[in-house]
Amino acid sequence: METIFDISRPGAKAYSLPPLDVPGKPIGDLTPASLLRDEAPCLPEVSEGEIARHYTNLSNMNFAIDTTFYPLGSCTMKYNPKVNEAIASLSGFSNIHPYQDESQVQGALKLMYELAQWLAEIGGFKKVSLQPAAGAQGELTGMAMIRAYHKKNGNPRSKVIIPDSAHGTNPATAAMLGYKVVTVPSDELGGVDVRSLEGLLDEEVAAIFLTNPNTLGIFDKNVVKINEMVHSVGALSYCDGANLNAILGKSRPGDMGFDVLQFNLHKTFSTPHGGGGPGSGPVGVNEMLEPFLPVPLIEKDEAVGAYFLNYERPLSIGKMKAFYGNFGVIVKAYCYIRSLGAEGLSHVSDIAVLNANYLKTKLEEAYILPYDVPCMHEFVLSAERQKRQGVKARDIVKRLLDFNIHPPTIYFPLIVDEALMVEPTETESKETLDRFADVMRQIAEEAVENPEVILTAPHNTPVSRLNEAEAARHPRLKWQKD
Amino acid sequence: MDFVPITDQDKNEMLKFLGIKRVDELFDLSIPDEVRMDRSLNLPAGISEHELLRELEGIAKENVSLSDHVSFLGGGVYDHFIPKVVESLISLPEFYSPYTPYQAEVSQGVLQSLFEYQSMVSELTGLEVANASLYDGATSLAEAALLAHDITKKNEVIVSEAVHPEYREVLKNYARGLDITIKTIPLKNGQTDISALEDMVSDDSSCVIIQHPNFFGCLEDMERIGDILDRYPTLFIASIDPLSLGLLKAPASFGVDVVIGEGQSLGNKINFGGPNLGIFACRKDYIRRVPGRLVSSTTDTLGRTGYVLTLQTREQHIRRERATSNITTSEVLNAIAAAIYLSYLGPEGITEVAYQCLQKAHYAHDKLSEISYLEPFSDTPFFKEFAFKSERSVHEINERLFNEGIIGGLNIDRWYGQYPNTVLFCVTEKRTRDEIDRLAAIMEAI
Repeated sequence: METIFDISRPGAKAYSLPPLDVPGKPIGDLTPASLLRDEAPCLPEVSEGEIARHYTNLSNMNFAIDTTFYPLGSCTMKYNPKVNEAIASLSGFSNIHPYQDESQVQGALKLMYELAQWLAEIGGFKKVSLQPAAGAQGELTGMAMIRAYHKKNGNPRSKVIIPDSAHGTNPATAAMLGYKVVTVPSDELGGVDVRSLEGLLDEEVAAIFLTNPNTLGIFDKNVVKINEMVHSVGALSYCDGANLNAILGKSRPGDMGFDVLQFNLHKTFSTPHGGGGPGSGPVGVNEMLEPFLPVPLIEKDEAVGAYFLNYERPLSIGKMKAFYGNFGVIVKAYCYIRSLGAEGLSHVSDIAVLNANYLKTKLEEAYILPYDVPCMHEFVLSAERQKRQGVKARDIVKRLLDFNIHPPTIYFPLIVDEALMVEPTETESKETLDRFADVMRQIAEEAVENPEVILTAPHNTPVSRLNEAEAARHPRLKWQKD
Repeated sequence: MDFVPITDQDKNEMLKFLGIKRVDELFDLSIPDEVRMDRSLNLPAGISEHELLRELEGIAKENVSLSDHVSFLGGGVYDHFIPKVVESLISLPEFYSPYTPYQAEVSQGVLQSLFEYQSMVSELTGLEVANASLYDGATSLAEAALLAHDITKKNEVIVSEAVHPEYREVLKNYARGLDITIKTIPLKNGQTDISALEDMVSDDSSCVIIQHPNFFGCLEDMERIGDILDRYPTLFIASIDPLSLGLLKAPASFGVDVVIGEGQSLGNKINFGGPNLGIFACRKDYIRRVPGRLVSSTTDTLGRTGYVLTLQTREQHIRRERATSNITTSEVLNAIAAAIYLSYLGPEGITEVAYQCLQKAHYAHDKLSEISYLEPFSDTPFFKEFAFKSERSVHEINERLFNEGIIGGLNIDRWYGQYPNTVLFCVTEKRTRDEIDRLAAIMEAI
């Protein structure tokens, strides 16, 4: 489709402003000429109608949770309730300024205070900060606290242990804090290999980064033992909360011995993902790490019943982003938890796990199931057999697009060859799951009988396969006049 | 309400298919007894949509909205006019409900919108490479410093005291685990003290970070700073207000190597300070070190133009501990809002908005200068914000203003203890002459 720049015509415009109602001064009197532009920036010149049509047409070129099944493993693409969108846009939430006096924003502070308490209860932690802007920033916050904790005890330590099945953000986060990453292999059941871990633990290990249930969708049965081993050398245990949707009201990471965890509100708690953000990644911590939480913490003065921003925390790591967190997202997560309550959240995990196991069982003949154990909210298949027949995971997912289905996550976790990671979530019907299984089985048959149709897919999308290698060799990151 | 479409009959069929009787068995098989919860979560019981709306509308009313009050607050997020077309388009579920565009063929809408956003940021800043957003201005600044550290292999970061104090705090945090020393250039008359900067910068400095307009609203002498930094291998990082670039020269023309900024003012609501939009643009030379997503145009198998995420080998999901940053989810929807807003303004509109901010801020400054207990904080040129020292308590002034429906300026002594009772005003194009006159009249009468 043409870009907005291509449809630009000199003189077309959309904006309107009231006339300047104060006496205007010559601009040269106000601003040194050396700082002023010689000409206006070259932005598109278009009418409002053209803008509306252009971006509406663009939006129609996206798969989205409202239009298609989206079983993207590890991303928990569940339905985003409409009422939460409406509430977040109320002017009492969307049009308040972070530097207003606390007395003017008691509702916002109360909402944040309560959500933090609810998340602490859900995760089994002492205290929660809502400040981190996304999951990866939650990880960074958690690791920064771990580093501050060790430093206070005399030595920040130098290593972080990370399983070979981990999300890429985990090692990237550890490296941002100057830690050396040490990889621990998985055992034959997909959990952490305990014997290997034993050999890696020493007094230079600052922390272990675990995801539980892990990225294979498997609950690590040794989790308590692992955390005890980690603690025995004075290291701390970080839980990547990306997979919390499996265990709401069933099991709590704090009770498993984890010291800190990030919640992904844009996964577990139904806030929309916006095509790549905004997200929100609150962190929960136990008593040991509580003093290190970012400032400000939102607290309640019980004597007068007022909420306030507490900056008086001498051991705090400081700030992770400007202001207090992605409030617009926080409101939606609050609405979600408030709507569902304890019973509703527990039912979410029931059905998320039921849907995943149902699909897994329906697909375990057509595809290889590398870890044949009961799964939690997601499972990982391998297209190794299809690869031998000449089609790879990356081809299979392109074929899925022809059926109006968003593909699973592929080539992750790295320990599974030709991985297809499927997370249906609880907001999908049995009919949708059955259709997905039928399509996946059909593609497995096509791999034998008509691989060409897979290799040339997708056939019905606005563009066919795109030349990514060319883009990487000669990136064109901005529009240019021909 | 739990938004689950599985009926009891579905459930029974699925359980039968799995050969089990209860869903609980699936958890029993996976989760060891010692960590199974033996009680319900202690949360309030769920409620209906109607009850939710009633309750949350009540909580929203416990906040004082800028829709009902006239605000002169700035300091990083701003009360600019947002046209309905922006709100309406980013409310399309096909924009707000997809995940990151990993499958390019079915994400062309998000990808092309981001390509357009990158093009506009590039045009405003004068730099060849703009990414598809980071979290906010503060984290963009920190990431820029990490990029400079990575490129120059030098450990010293020099930052002006006139840079937003919260941004500097975030910088400190991001530098925590690396061997980075942060030095602060003092203030002089509301600007960065350039002679101090000249004394501090050396071949060992990885970067110098300047905000323009700075935290006090003052413009910096970008030309001179650029000339000084030209003599060193040091990167020049500038934090900007994108709307000011309707009038102000593109930072690249002063030799700025990395431009970062807060993009909230480009069509995004204030939202109590988040989500915001981290702007990040830099020279082409650093393209392989950029944090975050980059969208490139390319062609499909039939030669048609299309868009993809590119240079992903910089990113955490490929490069893991050697990635340029750990960022993944950023602020894509806010970036799309910015692209729509900038299309709405066009060249003439952005110039006009910046011009009106400038004129109205100066009108307000002149009015407040007449008040006996106020003294201008600085006499350097400013854009839409400016500070005054007050002989009266800022807290009391603001209480008085609030009683008259006005939210006054920002007391900055929480960060700058050396400037007690100093108040930072922000005047955007939304403020009217009448509102400014009322602000001055009420303050005059105190």
